Amino acid sequence: MREKLKHGAESAYLFLLVLFLYAPVVVLMVYSFNASKSRGRWGGFSLKWYAELFSDSALMSALYYTLAVAVLSAVIACVIGTAAAIGIQAFKSKGVKGAIMAVTNIPVVSSELVTGVSLMILFAAVNIPLGFPTLLLAHITFNIPYVVLSVQPKLTQLNRDLYEAALDLGAHPFLAFRKVVFPEIMPGIINGLLLSFTLSLDDFIISFFTTGNGVSNLSIYVYSMARRGINPKINALSTIMFGAVMLLLILINRRSGKDKDKNILMQG
Amino acid sequence: MGEHLIEFIDVSKQFDTTEALSHINLYVDRNEFVTLLGPSGCGKSTLLRIIAGFEEPSNGQVLFEGKDLVSIPPYQRRVNTVFQKYALFPHMDVYENIAFGLKIAKKDKKEIDYEVSRVLELVNLKGYAHRATDSLSGGQQQRVAIARAIVNKPHVLLLDEPLAALDLKLRKGMQVELKNMQRELGITFIYVTHDQEEALTMSDTVVVMREGTIQQIGRPIDIYNEPKNAYVADFIGESNIIDGVMKRDCLAEFCGVEFECVDSGFAPNEPVDVVIRPEDLYLVPAENGKIVGIVESVTFKGVHYEMLVKSEGYTWMIHDTQMFEEGSQVGLLVKPFDIHIMKKSAGEADAVV
Amino acid sequence: MYKKSLSYVHLIWMALFVLAPILMVLVYSLTTKDANGNSVLTFAHYAKFVNPAYIGILWKSVWIAALASAVCLLLGFPAAMILCNRDRRRAQLGKKGSVLLLFVMPMWMNMLLRTYSWLTILEKNGLLNNLLEALHLPPVQLLYTTGAVVLGMVYNFIPFMILPIYSVLVKIDRSVIEAAEDLGANSFCVYTRIIIPLSLPGVISGITMVFLPAITTFIISQLLGGGQYMLFGNLIEQQFLKADNWNFGSALSIVMMILIFLAMRIMNLFNKNGQQVAMF
Repeated sequence: MREKLKHGAESAYLFLLVLFLYAPVVVLMVYSFNASKSRGRWGGFSLKWYAELFSDSALMSALYYTLAVAVLSAVIACVIGTAAAIGIQAFKSKGVKGAIMAVTNIPVVSSELVTGVSLMILFAAVNIPLGFPTLLLAHITFNIPYVVLSVQPKLTQLNRDLYEAALDLGAHPFLAFRKVVFPEIMPGIINGLLLSFTLSLDDFIISFFTTGNGVSNLSIYVYSMARRGINPKINALSTIMFGAVMLLLILINRRSGKDKDKNILMQG
Repeated sequence: MGEHLIEFIDVSKQFDTTEALSHINLYVDRNEFVTLLGPSGCGKSTLLRIIAGFEEPSNGQVLFEGKDLVSIPPYQRRVNTVFQKYALFPHMDVYENIAFGLKIAKKDKKEIDYEVSRVLELVNLKGYAHRATDSLSGGQQQRVAIARAIVNKPHVLLLDEPLAALDLKLRKGMQVELKNMQRELGITFIYVTHDQEEALTMSDTVVVMREGTIQQIGRPIDIYNEPKNAYVADFIGESNIIDGVMKRDCLAEFCGVEFECVDSGFAPNEPVDVVIRPEDLYLVPAENGKIVGIVESVTFKGVHYEMLVKSEGYTWMIHDTQMFEEGSQVGLLVKPFDIHIMKKSAGEADAVV
Repeated sequence: MYKKSLSYVHLIWMALFVLAPILMVLVYSLTTKDANGNSVLTFAHYAKFVNPAYIGILWKSVWIAALASAVCLLLGFPAAMILCNRDRRRAQLGKKGSVLLLFVMPMWMNMLLRTYSWLTILEKNGLLNNLLEALHLPPVQLLYTTGAVVLGMVYNFIPFMILPIYSVLVKIDRSVIEAAEDLGANSFCVYTRIIIPLSLPGVISGITMVFLPAITTFIISQLLGGGQYMLFGNLIEQQFLKADNWNFGSALSIVMMILIFLAMRIMNLFNKNGQQVAMF
C-alpha cells in the first residue's frame, strides 16, 4: 500500500515536470493551427499557415541556410574531429595531450557568447564579410570539439590487439583500420555527427554574431520577428520539423529493434 | 533451549512466473557453518537474500531466534552479508568502509577506532586503514568486505560466493582462513557456493539445492558417501550412475550382473539408480572381474590415472593408481558398501535433516 | 595506426578559430586608438568596468544563474532518482526503454521558439491568466520579472541537470546500496551517506552545465525579462551590437571568461575523485 502510494506520487511528480517541459511546445503547435494571426486569441482551426509556409521566400531561405549549415558543418566537423581524435592518441606525452584537449575543450566550456563575439572580431580583423562562409566556419568550429569528445572514448576503449591481430593476419594498415578499427569507433562518430547536426540546427547565439549580409538561419529569423510578433508560419514549420524528428526517432528505434532480432536469429 | 537460530518453515518464493524457492524447510543452529550448495539458478542466493532481508518470501515463515523475520527491514537485522563482488563503498577508504556500520549504530569514536583496528588485524590488513579500496587486490578487497561485516558482531554472517572472484591459490588460502575465523568468532556462517569442494572442506552442514528445492542436508562426509539421490551423487564429486534393478534387499542387478549391496527397503524388482564413485571401482585381470570391458582412454591425473572402460551397456570412469593399457581387456570389481542405490524419482527428497 | 599528422588540421583549425580570436579579444580589451589612430595599451576598459553599475549587473547575473541552478538541482535530482528507480524496476521485469527520452525531446524544437512560447502563456491576457480567471483567482503579472527569467532558465536548462545525475545514478551498483542497508543504514542514511555522495560527480557536472549557459545568456533575459532587463550577457551583446564599443565589450568578455574559469575551478574542488561524467 505504502509502496503504491509512493509510486503514485513519483509518477505525479514526473508528470508535472513533463507538463512543464511540454507546455510551450504544445502551445506552439496548437497555435500553428490558429486561423487568427495574433497569439493569445483563438480564431478557429485552420491549415492556412501550413499552406502559406512554402511560398514565404524569407522563411524558406532561412530553412535552406539552417539545413545547409547544419549538414555541411556536421559532416566537415566529423571528418576533422575523427581524424583529430585518432591523431591525438599518437601523442605519447601526457602534457601535450592535455594541452591539446584543453584547447579543444575551450569552445565547449567557454560560453557561446564568447565564442560568437571572438569569432566576429576575428572575421572583422581579417576583413572577411559576414555571411554564409563565416556562418559555416563558426559552426564547424564549435562542432569539432563535440565530435572529438564523442569519438575519443571509443578509441580508448578500443582493444589495440584487434588492430594488431588484423595486421598479423595479413591486412594492410589501411585495410585493418577500415575493417577493424572503424566499425568499433563508428558509434562515436555517428553520435558526434548527430550531436553536431542538432547543435547547429538549434544554434542562435554564435550564428547571431557571425552571420550577416541577409543570410539568416531559423533562429535568427525567429529573433528578428520576435518584436513584431511571431508569424504562425514559423510555428507550422517547427511543428513539421518536430514531427519529422519524432518520425526519425521512431524509425531508428524500430530498425535497431529489428537488427537485434536478426542478430539473435544469426546467433541461434 | 533447543531452539534453532534460524528456521525456514515451508518457504516459497516466486519471481513473476518462475519459482525460485519451493517449500523450503530448513534450520540453522548457533555456531554452525552451513553451506548452501548448488548450480546457478538453484535458489541458494535467494535463500540468503531472504535471511538478509533483501527479498520477502511469497509464502511460509522465517524465524530468527524464534521471532518472525518477515516484517523486519534489513537494517534492523543482526545479520551481515559479504557480497559476491564485495560491494565496497567506492567513495570511502578501507577504514571508513569498515567503520560504516559502527557509525550508523552511533558508537563513539574511540570504540570505532579500536574495533576497526582489531578486525583489520584479524583479516591481516594492518596498516591498510587509509588506503582507497580500488587500490587493493581482489583478495584484499575480499578481506575488507569480511572485516566490514564482522566488525558489527552479527549473530549470523552471510557469505554469497565470496571467493568466486579469486584465483585458485588465493581461494584455497581464504577457505582455511574463513573456517578459522568462524571458529574464533563463534558466529554462525551461512555460505553460498557452487563449488562442491569448497562446500565439503569448510562446512559443518551442507545443503544441496536444485531448482528451488533442497535435495539433501547433511555432514560433508555423509553427503559424499551417502548421497540421497543420483543428482546429489553427480553434483558432489564424480560418479558412475547406472540404471539397475533391486532384486531383493541387499541384492542389486546392473549391467546384467547381480551384486551384493547394503541397501534395503525397495520393492522387489524396483528400477533404481546405482551410483559408484570412480575411486571405488577396482581394475583386475579380465578373468577375475564381475564385469568385463575394454580400456578406451587413459589420462594421467597426477595422483591417479583416470580411465574410461567400455563394457556392455555402460562406459565406466575409474580412478586407479595402477595403469592399464589403452585397448586392453580388464575386469571390474566393487565392494558391496561402495554401491549406492537411489530411488529412481530424483525429484524431491525429504528435506528436513 | 595512430599518426600525429591526422590531428594537424584540427590543431591548425583550433589555432585559427579558437586561440587567435580569444587572443584578439584580449588585445581589444587592452588597447584603444589614440588621436592618430594608432593602438595604444590601456587598462581603461577594465577600469570602466569597476563601477557599481556594472559590478551590480555582474552580481545580479551570478545570483540569478545560481538561483536557476539551485532550482534545477532541487527539481532535477528527485526526477533523476525517480527515473533511475523506475528504469531499474522495469529492467528487472525485462522491459527496456526509458522515460528519460521524454525529458530530452523538447530540445529538438527551436530553443528560441520554445522560450518565446512562454510569452503566450505568461503574458497579461495569456493562457495562465485565462486559466486563473476561469478558476476565479486573481491574475498574476509574471512576465518581465526576474521570476520569468529564472523560469526561462530552468525551463531551458533542466535537462542538462537531469541527464548527468541520471547517468551517475544508474551506474551505482545495487549491491552497494544493499550493503549499506545490511550494515544498518535506513533509507535516509542510504541517501545521505551512499547515494548523494556517489552522485556528486553528476551533480557537479549538472550544476556546471546549467550555471554556465545561465550566466551568459542574453536571449532568455531579453525575451522574458523585457527589453530593459540587463544581465551580463545583455551587457556584452549591447557593447558589440548597439553601443559599438568593441574594446569595452572585449574587456567584459575577458571578465566573463575569468568568471567561467573560476566557476569551473570551484566545481572541480567539490569533485575530489576527479571523476568526469560523459555526456556524449
